[in-house]
Amino acid sequence: MVKPTRVTNGIRSRREEAGITQADLARRVGVTRQTLIAIEQGKYSPTLELAFQIARAFEVGIDDLFQYPGD
Amino acid sequence: MVYHERGAWAGLIGAIATVSIYAVLVLTGARGGELAAVDWFPPMLWSIGCGVGVSIVITILWGIVAGIRDRASATASDIRDRDVARFGGRVEHALLGLAGIGVIVLCALGADVFWIASAMFLGFAVSTFVGGIARIVAYRRGLV
Repeated sequence: MVKPTRVTNGIRSRREEAGITQADLARRVGVTRQTLIAIEQGKYSPTLELAFQIARAFEVGIDDLFQYPGD
Repeated sequence: MVYHERGAWAGLIGAIATVSIYAVLVLTGARGGELAAVDWFPPMLWSIGCGVGVSIVITILWGIVAGIRDRASATASDIRDRDVARFGGRVEHALLGLAGIGVIVLCALGADVFWIASAMFLGFAVSTFVGGIARIVAYRRGLV
């Protein structure tokens, strides 16, 4: 029913490296913890704005956090 | 589980309750006779009222339990909820469209008002039920 996304992300590894909990990161970017979990697991594609907010929370570029096959 | 997913579950259960109550009231009223002879309007109002009531009670009780566990996120919602709601709404509208066509066909065939009203009622209930399933699947399996 729902086509799987080809976009992958390194949010979880970045988050664990930085020692930030899912709840903290979710609060920082203004989403629920469940939404952040869904994004980490590739079950929800964030909007461009949310992707920028997450990248900014780690002080990295959006390309450093989100990958697309062929990159 | 987020607030809107709980709402989707409550709506699903409410839709099942609504159809079940209507079926029981109509079948009881018919007493084995012609269904079209049943005074369908009061049973329909009762079943809709009870179904909505069931949904509201479930939402409130589940909300209280969720609030006890984690007060801050008990009623939180975000952009994913909006996307899931939009997806579920598209499914509902498609089914409502089919129900509307069914009603037009019944009218064209000169069907009894009972069948016309019941078809529309069932269309609302089925669209709510399937839309709820679509929302829950989107929450559980993902929406990308």
